[in-house]
Amino acid sequence: MSDVRVAGVGLTPFGNAPKRTSRDLFAEASITAFEDSGVSRDDVDALLYGNFMGELSEHQGHHGPLMAEAAGVRAPATRYESACASSGTAVRDAVMRIRNGEDDVILVGGAERMTNLGTAGATEALAIAADDLWEVRAGMTFPGAYALMAQAYFDEYGGEHEDLAHIAVKNHENALNNEKAQYQSAIEVSDVLEAPQVSSPLGLYDSCPISDGAAAVVLTSEEYAEEHGLEAPVSISGTGQGGDRMALHDREYLARSPAAREAGEEAYADAGVDPADVDFAEVHDCFTIAEVLAIESLDLFPIGEGISAARDGRTTADGETPINLSGGLKAKGHPVGATGASQIAEVTKLLSGKHPNSEFVEGATTGVAHNAGGTVASATVHVLEVSE
Amino acid sequence: MNDSETRDAGFDEWLDAAEEDRAYYLACPNDHGSLPPRRVCPDCGATELEDLELPDSGEIKTFTVTHVPTPAFEEDAPYATAVARFGPVRITGQVVGIDPEDVETGLEVEIEVTVSETTGERVLGFSPV
Ligand SMILES: [Zn+2]
Repeated sequence: MSDVRVAGVGLTPFGNAPKRTSRDLFAEASITAFEDSGVSRDDVDALLYGNFMGELSEHQGHHGPLMAEAAGVRAPATRYESACASSGTAVRDAVMRIRNGEDDVILVGGAERMTNLGTAGATEALAIAADDLWEVRAGMTFPGAYALMAQAYFDEYGGEHEDLAHIAVKNHENALNNEKAQYQSAIEVSDVLEAPQVSSPLGLYDSCPISDGAAAVVLTSEEYAEEHGLEAPVSISGTGQGGDRMALHDREYLARSPAAREAGEEAYADAGVDPADVDFAEVHDCFTIAEVLAIESLDLFPIGEGISAARDGRTTADGETPINLSGGLKAKGHPVGATGASQIAEVTKLLSGKHPNSEFVEGATTGVAHNAGGTVASATVHVLEVSE
Repeated sequence: MNDSETRDAGFDEWLDAAEEDRAYYLACPNDHGSLPPRRVCPDCGATELEDLELPDSGEIKTFTVTHVPTPAFEEDAPYATAVARFGPVRITGQVVGIDPEDVETGLEVEIEVTVSETTGERVLGFSPV
């Protein structure tokens, strides 16, 4: 079985670019990824591409071949759709194909165009990641679903909005140096507490923004990397995926994410690491409460303790386990289809010392990327390690 | 969004039944409960599902007050949405007949099919007992 190397990564700035098409965004990300990798486009065996709302935002289906063309790649291309975990699932399949010896070089990534829909349109588009009949038609929105989980968490394990506010403050702080982040501005706990309500107890500053952006990653087999003398010190050493019932009300737990736990356990076992070996993680914090559920699901913090981790300084840049050093979805932005691949890019840069926040994880060998779809009916987890 | 001619098999029939106080759930031979439309028990894969009457009242397990709705609920906001347990199933619904700010976990509710002020479409609702 081949080791899977991250040969190169590319990100567009995440943010407000209502005029940019997703093909333009993905072209930019892929150019950067190819330049970073030193891999020839001719060697690419496949493009695996994540996108969620292309039909609604651009009247465009069948993204695979379009994006291969945009990236200048002549290879079979497939679109992956798993709501906000779309490119996480694409990365997972890419890893498995390289390990199986099926392919040597895969371009994997994703893009999303969202801001041209406006707030109402994007809210509607995101809502379709939930059960249309039983959730959306009852008026549930995507922030509303996470608000239901937040309230359930408070009732079951305690905690309050102020605890969540510390997560938003931390992730904005982390994004200050990230030139690709949507928000490079510090906020305070009081800003979060005083922001307009979106879906109680969550307010505007508990929510990730609506974003445009793309991410691309060039993955190669170990043999290819060695033959071509690539500088690719980071490997994806573990992959896992979990699933759960579609509607939140059908889940066993309202305040836990078993799909992410399943994905995490599988990825840890695959890589042969323990949660205690994890130096830092990029997790899917589409809402502040989502970061709590993520770090508990990944076993980085016991159930019921994730809520206070940011407030206690345990997940801050200088804490024991920094979470979302990129700024997370909250401050870096969340172009849905690009998010999973962008996390792989951020973890790679952090591990190889090429990230503006690398100083906080100097000497780190193990990072984790956690990507969730819907209210975590889908989840992928990847372990990345520095190869010896 | 459906035009009035179109119906979603299983779901619209359930709303019809709920409007006549005959709300039901699907039960499999192993006592798992689920909501229609469904041909297979999602817990065990059993394909013999029967309609059983839903308990008259349920209990709110979690709730939220939504201020930023989808376009289909623009005129309705702010409104409370809750997940309530009715016997073997949990259901998501909009809480009506009470100030949204007064909704709380543990509140006892019954099913009340209401309509969206924005679209006039039927909405699965809960009202305090
Ligand atoms: Zn069953």
